[in-house]
Amino acid sequence: MFLNEEQQAILNGEKGETLAKVMKTLVMYGEAFNAEKLVPITSKYNHLVTSFGLKVMSPVYDLMQQLLDAGVASGQKFSVDPRPIDKNVPANFLQNLVFNKFMYTKQDFYEEQLEKLGLMDEDAFSCTCYMDEVGNKPQKGDVLSWAESSAVVYANSVLGARCNRNSGIIDIMGSIVGYVPYFGLLTDEGRKATWVIKVQTTKKPEAQLLGSAIGMKVMEDVPYVLGLDKWIGSELNDAACAYLKDFGAATASNGAVGLYHIANLTPEAVELGESLIAEGAKEYIIDDAELERVKNNYPVIWKNPDAAPKLCFVGCPHLSLEQLKDWTVKIEEKLAANSKKKVCIPTVFTAAPAVLKAFNETEYAARLKESGIITSYICPLMYMNNPLCKKMPVITSSNKLRTYTSAKYHTDAEILEIITGGSDK
Amino acid sequence: MKQFQGRVITPGEVTAQAVVTTEGFNTLASFQMALQFGDKDVKCGDQSNRQLYGKPLIGKALCLPQTIGSTTGGLVLYCACAMKKNPACMLFANPIDSLAAAGAVLADVWVDGVTMPVIDSLGDEFLNYVKDGMTITVKDGGVVEVD
Repeated sequence: MFLNEEQQAILNGEKGETLAKVMKTLVMYGEAFNAEKLVPITSKYNHLVTSFGLKVMSPVYDLMQQLLDAGVASGQKFSVDPRPIDKNVPANFLQNLVFNKFMYTKQDFYEEQLEKLGLMDEDAFSCTCYMDEVGNKPQKGDVLSWAESSAVVYANSVLGARCNRNSGIIDIMGSIVGYVPYFGLLTDEGRKATWVIKVQTTKKPEAQLLGSAIGMKVMEDVPYVLGLDKWIGSELNDAACAYLKDFGAATASNGAVGLYHIANLTPEAVELGESLIAEGAKEYIIDDAELERVKNNYPVIWKNPDAAPKLCFVGCPHLSLEQLKDWTVKIEEKLAANSKKKVCIPTVFTAAPAVLKAFNETEYAARLKESGIITSYICPLMYMNNPLCKKMPVITSSNKLRTYTSAKYHTDAEILEIITGGSDK
Repeated sequence: MKQFQGRVITPGEVTAQAVVTTEGFNTLASFQMALQFGDKDVKCGDQSNRQLYGKPLIGKALCLPQTIGSTTGGLVLYCACAMKKNPACMLFANPIDSLAAAGAVLADVWVDGVTMPVIDSLGDEFLNYVKDGMTITVKDGGVVEVD
């Protein structure tokens, strides 16, 4: 790999041993992909994936401490994934004991480390840092050192920024030296589609189901999706962006997609059209039957697969302001139709702290609360990441949460039916 | 015995029994429960991977096409190595993905006393040939022998 004078000096240890190890990590990481050079990061902010002070992750905090002790700080301020716990979210005595005394005992310590390393502000905890309310929204063409699979795929696909699917720790190392290796999704060639997806459904496909099907099929390749604009339009408005947020998160967690193009909608597809499709691209046709097949194939690992749900999570990735408003109206209408006042299953809607703050300033907030919905800023995945939750029948419309936990997946419409008492499935 | 030639991501020599997945290996889903709750065998916790779910990963030659899923994948692998709960080696049929590469490199640069050879680009034939329980020997220069 070619290194300029400044980069070589860092690698040679002229700015200290720790910074040399950071540079060595980035160089080895790039060499694994035959990167020929490092390129400057151009985004205003970074985004890190590691937000949780899990006792077991002490090697991560030890490494962060090495960086701090060496006086090494991030060259950019950053946002970070959601906090793992919130008193608002229902938890029994045993769960609280496990969360506070066993699992997340390093939370305060780690948040102090983040603050010293360059956290944007105390509310900068969300997987949807790119929401206007949060304020970490890169420009088209910006080079990023982000991690968080759902944020990376959104930044690349919907915003047209350039970022590889970086791992946690690699994310901050990029902004410490100010450079990232030039390979993969940073290059024009790496952004070409090697799959053509033809959406031939008879109705608007569920975002998280369509994303799951595509992710499992193409793995880490780049898909070019035809026929979806018929259902979500050709304008990147709030509804389309929310759809693509959920769709992308499923492609990235059920597979390893870091970039997708939607014909007539996402910026590079609008600009470059089908010239983005690489020669010899494979084809995958998605119709109603294929989505049904994918959904029916999800394993249910509840002890009793027919158990009544005890908890419901919506908002992984975090909900947008418009999604919170839409859900409020739908729940009210459905409850009224079912002659009920409140949801019949404890239900938690998660969103970024800044989005919740904005939502709480609208008339919808009191109405949603009146319906019995709890709002929170947590990461549902972190809440469920323990054996106690494995025994608990939790439902969700998040395909990401389904992938990493024992939560059972339902479409948004099914979730609405279940929580409002229209169905007990 | 059959020999395969791959590319060295992180060096080392080791002999171990194979565990094999032909599906993407979800690092977070596979390791999270085992690392957190002290499972000595480090059994795979990824319910979606029917080939590996419940099988021990520690000390095994993990044979896979690539890793998938959360971008915590690299740091989870790094933690597994730092806690000495890692596979003996990771052998990729495909060119390595960015998360696995990050984990391998972080472990190599920042963890003392742990060697986990990582070899990629072994090809589809490797993954078609290797089966659970076969003995794998990783040699210098990216040579992988399957017995």
